[in-house]
Amino acid sequence: MSNKKYWKGFEELQETPEFVKLKENEFAEELPMDEMLGSESIADSKTNRRDFLKFLGFSVTAASLAACETPVNRAIPYLNKPEEITPGVANYYASTYWDGNDFAGVLVKTREGRPIKVDGNDLCPITKGGSHARVQASVLSLYDSERLTGPLANGEATSWDTLDTKVTEQLKEIAAAGGNIRILSSTVISPSLKKAITAFSNLYPNTKHVAYDAISQSGMIEANQISFGKAIIPTYDFSKADMVVGFNCDFLANWLSPVEHARQYTEKRKVDPEQKRMSRHVQVESLLSVTGSNADERIALKPSQIGSALVQLYNKLTGSSLAAKSLGEKDSRIGKLANELNNYKGKALVVCGSNDKNIQLIVNAINTYLGSYASSINLNVADNTRQGIDAEVVNLQSEIEAGSVQALFVLNSNPVYTLPNGEKLKEAIAKIKLTVALSDRADETASGVKFVAPDHHYLESWTDAEPRTGHYTLGQPTISPLFNTRNAIESFLAWSNNKMDAYDFIRSNWEAEITGLNLFGGFDKALHNGNYSSEGLNATASEIASSGDLTTAANTINQAAGKAAGLELVIYQKTGLGNGNQANNPWLQELPDPISKVTWDNYLVMNPVEAKKQGFNIILGQEEKSDVVTVTVGSTTFNAPVIAQPGVPEGVIGVAMGYGRTHAGKTANNIGFKGEGINAFRNIQFIDGNFKYEVAGANISESIGKYSIASTQTHHTMMGRNIVKNATLEEYKANNKAGNEDVLLATNLTSVGKDGKATPKELSLWQEFENKNHFWNMSIDLNACIGCGACVIGCNAENNVPVVGKDEVRRSREMHWMRIDRYYSSDMTHERAEEEGVGGIKKFADMEIPSDTDNLEVYFQPLMCQHCNHAPCETVCPVLATTHSLEGLNQMTYNRCIGTRYCANNCPYKVRRFNWFRYNNNPEFDFNMYDDLGKMVLNPDVTVRSRGVMEKCSMCVQRIQAGKLEAKKNSSRPVDGAIKTACQQACPTNAITFGDFNDDKSEVRKAWKNERKYQLLEEIGVQPSVFYLTKIKNTSSTKA
Amino acid sequence: MEQHTSVNVRQPLILGEKTYHQITEDIARPIEGKASNLFKLVFTISALLALWGVACFAYTIGTGIGVWGLNKTVGWAWDITNFVWWVGIGHAGTLISAILLLFRQRWRMSINRSAEAMTIFAVICAALFPVMHMGRVWVAYWVLPLPNTFGSLWVNFNSPLLWDVFAISTYFTVSLVFWYTGLIPDFATIRDRQVKPRMRKIYNILSFGWSGSAKQWSRFEEVSLVLAGLSTPLVLSVHTIVSMDFATSVIPGWHTTIFPPYFVAGAIFSGFAMVLTLLIIMRKVLHLEDYITIAHIENMNKIIILTGSIVGVAYLTELFVSWYSGVEYEQYAFLNRATGPYWWSYWSMMTCNVITPQLFWFKKIRTSLIATFIISIFVNIGMWFERFVIIVTSLHRDYVPSSWTMFHPTFVDIGIFIGTIGIFFTLFLLFSRTFPVIALNELKTILKSTKENPKPPHH
Repeated sequence: MSNKKYWKGFEELQETPEFVKLKENEFAEELPMDEMLGSESIADSKTNRRDFLKFLGFSVTAASLAACETPVNRAIPYLNKPEEITPGVANYYASTYWDGNDFAGVLVKTREGRPIKVDGNDLCPITKGGSHARVQASVLSLYDSERLTGPLANGEATSWDTLDTKVTEQLKEIAAAGGNIRILSSTVISPSLKKAITAFSNLYPNTKHVAYDAISQSGMIEANQISFGKAIIPTYDFSKADMVVGFNCDFLANWLSPVEHARQYTEKRKVDPEQKRMSRHVQVESLLSVTGSNADERIALKPSQIGSALVQLYNKLTGSSLAAKSLGEKDSRIGKLANELNNYKGKALVVCGSNDKNIQLIVNAINTYLGSYASSINLNVADNTRQGIDAEVVNLQSEIEAGSVQALFVLNSNPVYTLPNGEKLKEAIAKIKLTVALSDRADETASGVKFVAPDHHYLESWTDAEPRTGHYTLGQPTISPLFNTRNAIESFLAWSNNKMDAYDFIRSNWEAEITGLNLFGGFDKALHNGNYSSEGLNATASEIASSGDLTTAANTINQAAGKAAGLELVIYQKTGLGNGNQANNPWLQELPDPISKVTWDNYLVMNPVEAKKQGFNIILGQEEKSDVVTVTVGSTTFNAPVIAQPGVPEGVIGVAMGYGRTHAGKTANNIGFKGEGINAFRNIQFIDGNFKYEVAGANISESIGKYSIASTQTHHTMMGRNIVKNATLEEYKANNKAGNEDVLLATNLTSVGKDGKATPKELSLWQEFENKNHFWNMSIDLNACIGCGACVIGCNAENNVPVVGKDEVRRSREMHWMRIDRYYSSDMTHERAEEEGVGGIKKFADMEIPSDTDNLEVYFQPLMCQHCNHAPCETVCPVLATTHSLEGLNQMTYNRCIGTRYCANNCPYKVRRFNWFRYNNNPEFDFNMYDDLGKMVLNPDVTVRSRGVMEKCSMCVQRIQAGKLEAKKNSSRPVDGAIKTACQQACPTNAITFGDFNDDKSEVRKAWKNERKYQLLEEIGVQPSVFYLTKIKNTSSTKA
Repeated sequence: MEQHTSVNVRQPLILGEKTYHQITEDIARPIEGKASNLFKLVFTISALLALWGVACFAYTIGTGIGVWGLNKTVGWAWDITNFVWWVGIGHAGTLISAILLLFRQRWRMSINRSAEAMTIFAVICAALFPVMHMGRVWVAYWVLPLPNTFGSLWVNFNSPLLWDVFAISTYFTVSLVFWYTGLIPDFATIRDRQVKPRMRKIYNILSFGWSGSAKQWSRFEEVSLVLAGLSTPLVLSVHTIVSMDFATSVIPGWHTTIFPPYFVAGAIFSGFAMVLTLLIIMRKVLHLEDYITIAHIENMNKIIILTGSIVGVAYLTELFVSWYSGVEYEQYAFLNRATGPYWWSYWSMMTCNVITPQLFWFKKIRTSLIATFIISIFVNIGMWFERFVIIVTSLHRDYVPSSWTMFHPTFVDIGIFIGTIGIFFTLFLLFSRTFPVIALNELKTILKSTKENPKPPHH
């Protein structure tokens, strides 16, 4: 205790009596109350009643105004500004996308420390800057609020230390007792993760690592082992093939390395006046795939006939006489195909997506005969993205069910969801002593295990990958982990008593094991580029002899084909959802399927003629619902709405994987008839050592109900209009303008045109805009567009396009700024109607019906705002909310828009989108824009639109401005190609070219001079800034 | 001079032995008497419908235009259909009061007051739609060329929607002034008959202190003539401009030079049909059979035949021109109207607008009240479908087939339409009980010349 005394004045110090007396009062001195309230002073006061009321009024108003203040959103500045971050300027990081199914080298755009866009990395020698929809959408999966926020023990949140202690304790017990420890994962291509797993296995010797692929190519690996003694998937180079034949192989959109294939394939498909050649592509398939839609010729066969067709092809090519079942009248088409292939020997490629090793053996034999192994198939560079052997996972499944596994670790996979007997597996897993899942959410598998050790999202973690033997890529975090999650590498290291963090572990591995890294520029250079290639990737393809018992293979194929009865069910992969691991991503759910244009749902595709015969509704619309049937295959049944899909042969039905999630999150769960989704993985059958994605013996019931389907396109043919202009290669060789005749209008003016005809531009009534500085144009090569939809997701991400949900899509209200129109050919044409004397009403009615399965042709056309130079929308807006920029852009001023929708009505392309509701912050639209976490994906450069305003493609004006500013800093003009629109950047095939028309040397100016160039609906004179290059097909005739 | 003629070549316009006083009595009766139960019932129903409409409007403003059935392809449907329909109905009043005045058609005097009232109410209903269909109603005033502090923001004088703003507001203002001017002497008559001081005061204010002096009468007639002169071009201009919303666009089925005359004829056609629908009920309910006679009805039916035929010719011309144009989009647009998914609306329009009015060639039908009433309803329906056909069937399948879709109305679409009918009838019923429904002072000027038995009246 201190003896110091504190006092306020001498009175207190001396304790005078006055002071003591006054201290008893609350206030030391008398308050001048009388003075204040004395009647005299109040009467004299200048504050009269009126003034009082004025003061009262003022203060009430001021108080209420203060209360009405708009909510303040606080931005927190950096306390210490990170060196590399300038607010408002984006940073880019090279990284690697690998989700167990798809691989891509990516470039991640971050703003103020958060990733907002994922695009292909130009420096990746595999994907070369391309990407597809799932890669583009992966950035939104990072901000998924359904992700686990930390480790779980028996469903309860726990700490990593506790989890590690408990897991290692139990592991030690199990190991001591000699129990079996199993790691079940999807294919692991990360050398460091593999090393961590090896370290784990070394510590617990009874550990076995089983890798499987939800979408398996095990049959191919096994066949390659038999044929060539190499249990690998080779790499394919479609750019070396002048003729490609695909058998149930969707190599452009889904199979193995679709981004890489699509680029190689379109290299051979782009034509120009100097190089009037293109590859020939024949597709033999059981459903209508994206790849089949791009083919020059399609042969529709049932899945059970695919094997026989291949054996026949082999017989006809080589003159062998393996037993082959007849395909009826289609035998002759296989014969023709064999003749054609013989002409392309050495430059041909046959690919087959089947997971049946017998079928793949025949394919190997055909490719050996054709000499493809010396050109387009490279067995010397292994594709590591598929390593799973089906039999191993089936064995593990029986081990688990037999109770002989004591510890199970599930890594980067969801076996309960993706394995055929998932439910049974789930029950068996519940009985295992120690179960740990490294899943990012409490999914179907993780919800039934004892411990969940959630892995980072790939954008939060250090990873590496070896997608091709000898080719290494790096993944780096672009944001610090959002939740208390942990890198899988660190988890396995922790359980192996190694506290190293992932970065150190990967770096030390790389520096220790990759020879040549230092010569290349070290780890830092690899990190900058996102990858490091050793010589491995450069190994060239070489001739190889194939072996294997083809007779037995052919007999097995025949037997299986002989047994096929009833309907044949094909389980296929969709461009949007893939294997379903990103099912909770609303962008992907709302991405229209490239073929059916259906969003949000899984459904049964069926031949239209057959569906009509069964009495099912084949025309879907806003109100026209589809019929639901019960499908029975073996012991499984499911209910599915039926969609009539042109191009599917009779006797075949198809259903997609990736749907029917029950534990993925609110976006994906329980979508379907009566809230029951369809998990097609359940219908996969394990026959002859492989998972079969085509199963025979399916039955369907009669219609058991009606179900609404949300499709973005309800009309499927071009109605005889020149929408997608097209010609055959032969016609194009003869005439540069084949299929693209000049649009001339009759006129009686003598001052313009000639012979009474003039171009729409010459007849224009409007003043031309000058566009003195820049004039932004876009060219879209319809020969390069494969219709995959990557651009749509790219656009959504770049431009903050809202997700509106199934019901709004059903009402034709999707907000996508760009769409890919898909048209089927029709057997009725203007020419035919004239020849046969068919009247107008019948002609147009018939034109609405797509061609039958064997004659079907498919056309894709990406369509966004055409930025008309005489835009009909601009003249009709009463308040000038949409105007023309000095650079030729048609621009929207959201703030000025009052929402009359007149512009949208007057748009001939119907590309304008109206905000019918408030799509952000609205519980009715419970998608990423209603979620604080989901909103982090928004691009800060683009306004989020409010209710009641019109919006549309801006040609990524924010990117144009940024590009111009960048050039201005160097006092120069933007270099051609420096500014890329989001769709252009996303496109894996470079179908989209964007640039300044005023730049004589620009690519877009070059495209303009191409005689294939046409403007959509040129005849109405709106003069779009977006133009197309005609579609050329390498076939004898086309119809549209 | 006419009262000396004993031969009457035209049908009398006022039946019965009417005196000036009798006319006043007859026309003041609904204002001074008590409301019947029937009136109360009809009024309640109308008011409830109006309230329902207001509720639907409120729901739309609160939630978004998305509660209607519109979509990316069909951006206008019932909203603009209703707008054009109501504006069209609003055409008869001005035609009757202005053009028929200039042409000295005296039969208009029995019907012009209620026809003008109908015009005002129809234009009110019509004007609701262009405002309410905006995505952001709260900034609707931006369509006015107001000086502002937002910067150099101005309206787009190229936009037909802006022309509409001027056309409709002018039309509404002139119609209202014209109507009110005519009401002034009649209000004075009512005022003079009031015994309750409060009512007297109200009608005194309404009549602007009219005293009936010769000077006032002279000014009254001059103003009427000037206003008639002003209104006459409006009869043509309003619907011409409304039609330009469509005619100046690029959409097949909209982009048609025939629209202005075709729309004006259609508007008069529908306006007269609505006048007939209302008057046939009103004359019965308010016992005005002597003033609104079969001759009036027949005259209006004749106008319906004329305008209906013009509309019919316009439909056929459209079909011919679309075929003759050789433009595939145009050809398909019309083929689709007649045979596409909305064929029923096209054929409803054709039946109601082209076939049914032709029945008026038979004198028996055009002088039958029941037949006229039924046909007038048909024409009302047909003209609604005409606008629906033009707007929706042109939009739902335009140039690019991938965007083709359908329009399905929601309960809000329907509720709003029914609501405006409720508003219209509520206003009209209020009018019929508080305003002199026939221009009684004007009518008195022709009593002697047109009554049934033109003898000097006995007092």
